Amino acid sequence: MKNNQSNLLFFLFSLLLLSCSKSKDVVDEQNTQLPPQEAATIQGFYLLNEGNWNTNMASLDYYNYATGIYHKDIYTKINSNATLGLGDVGNDIGIYGSKLYAVINASDKIEVMDVNTCKRIKSITLKNCRYITFSNGKAYASAYNGDIVLGSNSSLGIVVEIDTVSLEIKRTVEVGRQPEEVAIIGNKLYVANSGGYSPPDYERTVSVIDMMSFTKIKSIDVAVNLHRLKADAGGDLYVSSRGDYYDTPSRLVVIDSKNDVVKKTFDIAVSNISIAGDSAYVIGSAFNYNTNNWTNTFHLINTKTETLLENSFISDGSASELDKPYGIAVDPTSKNIYITDAKDYVSSGMLYGYNKEGKKIFKISSGNIPAHFAFTYK
Amino acid sequence: MPAQSLSGNALQQLNSFSVADAIRYFSGAQLKDYGGIGGLKTINIRSMGTQHVGVFLDGISIGNAQNGTVDLGKYSLDNIDVIELYNGNKPDQLQPAKAFFSSSGLYLQTARPIFESTQKKKLRTTFKTGSFGLTNPSFLWQQKLSNSFSSSANAEWVSAHGKYKYRRSEGLFDTTAIRQNADITALRAEVAVFKTIHTAGSAFLKAYYYASNRGLPGAIVENRYYNPQRLWDKNFFVHGSYKNQITEHYGLLLNLKFTRDFTRYQDPQYITTQGSLNNTYEQKEWYASVAQKYSLRKWWSVGLSTDLSYNTLDANLYRFAYPQRYSYLGSLSSHFNWDQLSIQTALQYAYFDEQVKHYKASEDRKVASPTMALSWQPFVNQNLRVRSFYKEIFRMPTFNDLYYTLVGNTFLKPEYTRQYDVGISWMIENSKIVESFSTQVDVYYNQVQNKIVAVPAANLFRWMMLNLGSVSIKGLEANINFTKRLFHDLVWNSGLSYTYQQALNTTKEQSSYNHQIPYTPIHSGTAHGSFRYNNYSINYSFIYTGERYVLPENIAKNWLQPWYTTDLGCVYNFKKVQAVLSINNLFNQYYDVVLNFPMPGRNYRLSLTLKI
Repeated sequence: MKNNQSNLLFFLFSLLLLSCSKSKDVVDEQNTQLPPQEAATIQGFYLLNEGNWNTNMASLDYYNYATGIYHKDIYTKINSNATLGLGDVGNDIGIYGSKLYAVINASDKIEVMDVNTCKRIKSITLKNCRYITFSNGKAYASAYNGDIVLGSNSSLGIVVEIDTVSLEIKRTVEVGRQPEEVAIIGNKLYVANSGGYSPPDYERTVSVIDMMSFTKIKSIDVAVNLHRLKADAGGDLYVSSRGDYYDTPSRLVVIDSKNDVVKKTFDIAVSNISIAGDSAYVIGSAFNYNTNNWTNTFHLINTKTETLLENSFISDGSASELDKPYGIAVDPTSKNIYITDAKDYVSSGMLYGYNKEGKKIFKISSGNIPAHFAFTYK
Repeated sequence: MPAQSLSGNALQQLNSFSVADAIRYFSGAQLKDYGGIGGLKTINIRSMGTQHVGVFLDGISIGNAQNGTVDLGKYSLDNIDVIELYNGNKPDQLQPAKAFFSSSGLYLQTARPIFESTQKKKLRTTFKTGSFGLTNPSFLWQQKLSNSFSSSANAEWVSAHGKYKYRRSEGLFDTTAIRQNADITALRAEVAVFKTIHTAGSAFLKAYYYASNRGLPGAIVENRYYNPQRLWDKNFFVHGSYKNQITEHYGLLLNLKFTRDFTRYQDPQYITTQGSLNNTYEQKEWYASVAQKYSLRKWWSVGLSTDLSYNTLDANLYRFAYPQRYSYLGSLSSHFNWDQLSIQTALQYAYFDEQVKHYKASEDRKVASPTMALSWQPFVNQNLRVRSFYKEIFRMPTFNDLYYTLVGNTFLKPEYTRQYDVGISWMIENSKIVESFSTQVDVYYNQVQNKIVAVPAANLFRWMMLNLGSVSIKGLEANINFTKRLFHDLVWNSGLSYTYQQALNTTKEQSSYNHQIPYTPIHSGTAHGSFRYNNYSINYSFIYTGERYVLPENIAKNWLQPWYTTDLGCVYNFKKVQAVLSINNLFNQYYDVVLNFPMPGRNYRLSLTLKI
């Protein structure tokens, strides 16, 4: 009996050790065939999946128009020597020249890659960084945390100017609290302030930065808790207010950049917006704490006439497939519409493609919380 | 009902520092450990979720109305004599109703003063030191006041910088770093007066205080190896208990308790207009329980337990609801005990009345649920028992689930569990081959409806709660324990446990339908052994946890590597002194129990105890 027991012990022990020595499967990089798109000026797009907070699961996908192949999780495969990968919570992505910039919020960095190969060029540390835009050989990024210039006790955020050749932060400017999206029109940089850390004391302003002096020249009073900020072809800014989630609803405000005044307000729910040609595509997914329900809307606005069109931009009735519409991008050439569904934020999300008539052309499973797009040009 | 127990030598052989470390050796138990000496440690039994485990200290629930979880890392083994784990509930009629209102119960029993006839007082002092900069003195003083009265005072202080080396590697990178902001300072103090009443009765009054100040080292993600968040705790309770066999047929147990738990959370990087984020939470509970047992026949007894508790939660949060909850719990039970067969049935009934100062309260809820258990001994002269139980119970959504609105969706449905279990236990004592041998095997099927799964969200202190819909769990647990005298003075004691769990998400509309739920290994097991020779003993313990997924979908990206650790301990007793040297994680394995919360590698602890 004694021997039997020892044998059993030994057997179990070796079994356990054996089962431990298994190593993780190679990253399940998948290429999926989707319908090809006309690859004229635009060749495809990158999609940044945010990855749930603390999971370190931000990932990058690429849709190649010419081949129609959708490549999943390409960063990890190409940069397998990058310690801990792309990082935690991908918050924005942009392309300028030959470089691809991914703003990784909880990893406090902007990852700069070669736009063609996706190979890491440099990682620029910027605490609690949020959004990025480009102009005249420079990148401009907003960040909640301004301690590099304001000290660690300031509640104000900053916008930094990064040289796209040296990839160094050159100048910084103090803006409002928890600044979000940035856009440049002419000589002015606009940033939407949210103030989201101090409810109900939200920010209400868009800060206007003079590009020459890189100083704040004015603040435009817009609405509480601003988030999205996009420039249209005619020099107007479309700015979204998240509202206070209770009494003040989300809305969309138009600012004229010539005189920096609010000229129109649309009382619609806005979670994300994309402008292509003379159209603004607005998705809304607002949570109502009184009814405990989410409602999704798909509004189209003519940015020339500044009128809200009657119909949803998804025309074939397939919009109900979308659970939590999250990211949106409209191809400026083909006017194809791409929308991501973040679902329950812990499962794989979905990417939906629609043609310019608003008919669904494909859907595909993406990474966790698919969100931000960057089109690649020839 | 299946039960597992650790006490005395067996408890010491596991080289455990806290209650959390020890309960990893129970089959069916999964410990969620955020790592390090001050890291949050919670237990999940048979995959039904942390909040379905009732934790009872000296028979009274130490719940947490705010988040429903108890950090078992806070309970050091210094003053704990017995740890018991019951699936279903403890099969005792004379206990508070609350004991029936959880899917499984973890019982921690603190030391009671017991004196030899001539003894007037007992003193015990322990000093522990080792890795992580640990300094851990404790002191126990027990005094006999009269023939029926005695008192005890116990205090413990823990201080550690908490730093340790960890390693991350995957693909082509391999990096090591030091865990930072993992320090802890904690004080625990308890005083109690005990009284024995005739032969069968006892009463006590106890006051407890715990205070800690710790760093929350946070998740390790790319480019962020340091997180500055801090947490402060202050827990106080006073508990009075009276238990007596009033007549030959009638037993009575009374309990009264008041608890106040204060928590403060600070995030220096989250700067609001009022300075850095500084959240405070205060919970209070007033609790009264009456349990009665009446023996109608020699083989039949009935019990009635009724509890009333009133819970409040205050916080300095924007738009906070200030919830309060009245809970009325009742349990009516009937036990038939014949020589070879016992049948136990109970009916639980609960009514919850909730109020909030602001916004909308959750609706009042009433629920009734049954429990049934039987145990059969087929052979008179063999200690072999076949047992089975069925239990339905539910848990209320916690205050956080319902009213915490900063992160995620907090509107959740209540959660129901249904358990079916069949098992056998067999025990041999003083046979020719072994001194003692025991084994138990159980197979079970659990269903959880409206299941709430906690996924680490913003930080340690906050969770992302998900209504995973429904989960069905098929499991098997097996334990073997034996003691054998090898030679004259050499005693071998060993135990093995194995757990198989298939815990599938059965919510049809989700992409993770039929996937194993997060943080639940299919296979897990433990082994421990000890050799005792006169005053020396060597203890060995091993834990294995199979592969797990960190998010609901069983895809490669969510995969978490299996891990195993080996702990070794050497004990030397000399007169009134005991010295213990523990080497934990002997083979220096680097692993995560919770994704991105690295666990310590090899670490050491030396403990010296003096008993007078």
